[in-house]
Amino acid sequence: MQHQKLALPLLFAALAVGIALFPLVGDTFYIRLVAKIVVLGILAMSLDLLVGYTGLISLGHAAFSGTAGYVAAALINKAGILDLPTLLAASLTASGLVALVIGWISVRTTGIYFIMITLALGQMVFFFFHDVSFWGGADGVNLADKPAVAVGETVLLDLSVRINFYYTALACLVLVYLLLTMVLHAPFGQVLRGIRINEARTKALGHDVQRYKLACFVISGLIAGLAGFLEVVRGGFISPAHVNWHESAMVLIVVILGGMGTLVGPVVGAFALVLLEDYVADLTDHWKLVIGLFVIGVVLFLPDGLIGPLAKGGKRRLCLFRRPKETPRESIGDA
Amino acid sequence: MASLPPLRSGEGSGWGQYPASPGERVRMDAAYYLIQILNGVQYGFLLFLVASGLTLIFGIMGIVNLAHGAFYMVGAYLAFWLDSVTGSFTLALLIGVPVSVGLGLAIERFGFTHLYRRDHLYQVLFTFGLILVIGELRSILWGNDVYGVDVPPLLAGSIPLTETQSYPIYRLFISLACLATAAGLTGLIRYTKLGMMIRAGASNREMVQVLGLDVNRLFMVVFGIGVGLAAFAGMIAAPVNSVHPGMGDEILIISFVVVVIGGVGSIKGAFFGAMLIGLADTFGAVFLPEAAGVVVYALMALVLVWRPRGLFAGG
Amino acid sequence: MRETILETRNLSRTFGGLRAVAGASLAFEKGVVHAVLGPNGAGKTTLINLLSGDLPPSEGMILFKGQDVTHMPVHKRVHLGIGRSYQKTNIFPELTCLDNCWLGAQARLPGWLNLMRPARGYPAVRDRAERALVLCGLDHRADAVAATLSHGEMRQLEIGMMLATEPDLLLLDEPLAGMGVEESWRVIDLLKRLGSDHTMILIEHDMDAVFSIAQRITVMVNGTVLETGSVEEIRSSPAVREAYLGEEHAA
Repeated sequence: MQHQKLALPLLFAALAVGIALFPLVGDTFYIRLVAKIVVLGILAMSLDLLVGYTGLISLGHAAFSGTAGYVAAALINKAGILDLPTLLAASLTASGLVALVIGWISVRTTGIYFIMITLALGQMVFFFFHDVSFWGGADGVNLADKPAVAVGETVLLDLSVRINFYYTALACLVLVYLLLTMVLHAPFGQVLRGIRINEARTKALGHDVQRYKLACFVISGLIAGLAGFLEVVRGGFISPAHVNWHESAMVLIVVILGGMGTLVGPVVGAFALVLLEDYVADLTDHWKLVIGLFVIGVVLFLPDGLIGPLAKGGKRRLCLFRRPKETPRESIGDA
Repeated sequence: MASLPPLRSGEGSGWGQYPASPGERVRMDAAYYLIQILNGVQYGFLLFLVASGLTLIFGIMGIVNLAHGAFYMVGAYLAFWLDSVTGSFTLALLIGVPVSVGLGLAIERFGFTHLYRRDHLYQVLFTFGLILVIGELRSILWGNDVYGVDVPPLLAGSIPLTETQSYPIYRLFISLACLATAAGLTGLIRYTKLGMMIRAGASNREMVQVLGLDVNRLFMVVFGIGVGLAAFAGMIAAPVNSVHPGMGDEILIISFVVVVIGGVGSIKGAFFGAMLIGLADTFGAVFLPEAAGVVVYALMALVLVWRPRGLFAGG
Repeated sequence: MRETILETRNLSRTFGGLRAVAGASLAFEKGVVHAVLGPNGAGKTTLINLLSGDLPPSEGMILFKGQDVTHMPVHKRVHLGIGRSYQKTNIFPELTCLDNCWLGAQARLPGWLNLMRPARGYPAVRDRAERALVLCGLDHRADAVAATLSHGEMRQLEIGMMLATEPDLLLLDEPLAGMGVEESWRVIDLLKRLGSDHTMILIEHDMDAVFSIAQRITVMVNGTVLETGSVEEIRSSPAVREAYLGEEHAA
């Protein structure tokens, strides 16, 4: 039992060390790719908190990361702010607020309604950034410059240097992992787990589940905001596509592909999906077809994800193949 | 990540554009408002077709079908292709709908069957995968261009409303076709044995199974009906709403909003929701062009804060 | 005369046209085991749902320890001291028995945004969870995964989870549901032990169990309270006999 509990953290540690050492051996192209994977990994972990640990299937996650990215881009391009802490604080505040509002509306619903309303609200955010001309319209905006941490005239960290960004992103990945691990092991996390397995009973045992779900949303939204901020800095570009529900769905795929409810699984999933996409896009223009078939394959044949066996298959399976308690309430015609 | 073809927004989703050329000064007289109402109602009817299929699938089969919009798109592209191949829109309809339904049934047999007992999450991802696959197949077969379908000559005229303004007959035809379909659907559900099974399945899925009724067949039929409705809607809408790659996604999200507002599983709810959204979207585009896309979602958020399970949940 | 811990005043609940519970005015005394009996459809489970907060009433009032809890949500009632177990086993199947009791034991933790210290580092919570397991007789199965328990053990766990919240009032909805004679005695034993120092409101169909555990009985028929009294009073009541035997004749 003990060694199983260590397997996942060890895997993460191994990944982190691997990522840290990679620039010594890898070429520029792949270093950039790994940076992309790391940022996606952060985003996927934030979604895993919602989906894998609390059972909240959100299809609007890209709204949080996209909002943070857009706010950062706007501050850099229009206000000329390049101070990293300021930009980060602003982006996170924005994504946190969006998460608070969307969360507040969404947690009043359950099951199918929850999925649909997160999808619809996420699209509302998409339309906001797509239609309101201030944000640059359908084509998106390029970042005029990259942020840095400076004290007076001395630059401590300049993110326009790729390798700096690389290790900053990695540091964030590790920090987020540790933070989420802490939260999940704390009493707060115990309640989240209870909500996932049996929400009604958790409430009947004295916990205000709505509050917990909302808090979970906000925490998830803040971390997604961090990922969104990092992504816009990494790519130097943001467009409405970053906020579209297809993006949300792809992050969900990453979480499932790796193995949800494990934190490290989504990181593994990020590796798998980005590498697959990169490989397939080179082969054919119609790479989306391959990805689509791949998604279908994962759903049908690999529901526990790539690290499923490592995550103690039995424990997870009980929940995945059984529809959670919501089914009776969703039956039409029930009182 | 996934790149997206440009989405249309702020135009009332391309429905009922009046005036035809932007910049033309409009007299907002009675005829203008009548036209907007007619457009809103027509859009509502179309939405109702699509949303009722979606709500049936949700309510009876309990599955989240994100690919519903893709079938709408398949219908539209089939209409375009069959019409250009056969020269007859009627023939296109007669061939296209069964083909779409056949495709849907095949997907149901080979894919959905495995997902009925699974968490909604897997249905979401499976149908998302379908969207990618169907979308890309469409791209391979017909490319990414925007196509138009000619209005069938029989219905190509306009009915004069005032001295200067008239309303296209075809749009009235759409409304009538939707109304007829809705009536047929209601009749099916209320007066046939199949309809009885559908109603039973909607109120208590497990009981239907316990009673030994062939749930597999019921599911197949319901799914076929749902897909058929979406494809049919896509086909008859094709002449007024251009056939373009993003149309599946557009109608999907809006249909979701309709279903959420109306209440999952409720045909009546789908009707009211569709009418509400149809009119709100059309008039939203008139009065608040910049915020048109948001009006619909704001409405949904309001309804859900008041009634978290939709207006007619359980009906 | 013992003090009243729970009181209902004209409590009613209607579903559409059906009056599931109509005008129930009852008083439950502290330290007493009070059973609610009645044929199927009498409104017993609805009554328990109203008392626990799982269902809001259409009319009437509920007072717990003198406080109006009529519209108080479930989770808040737990903090006041109301605990509830369910007829249909409502556990966390994939967790161990100890973990099953953990959430209830955690309910008494001050604050809710406890994000930092690991849950295992709260000895008070652990003690409460373990005590609950001992009380419900499952301490030897603390590390067993709940899904592997026998049906009877699951019913014990069902009660144990509730006990972890340290309730003053126990609402038990058919604790013996679905149990054969063999398994029942353990739970009946548990109920007797609990009854000696807790206040209990119990719904149960097993008459022998009820008569051996309960001190007071309320009989409900068709949503209304027919009679309330001591065990002897109810056993010898002609009205009650009519209600039950009348049912038997009809069936």
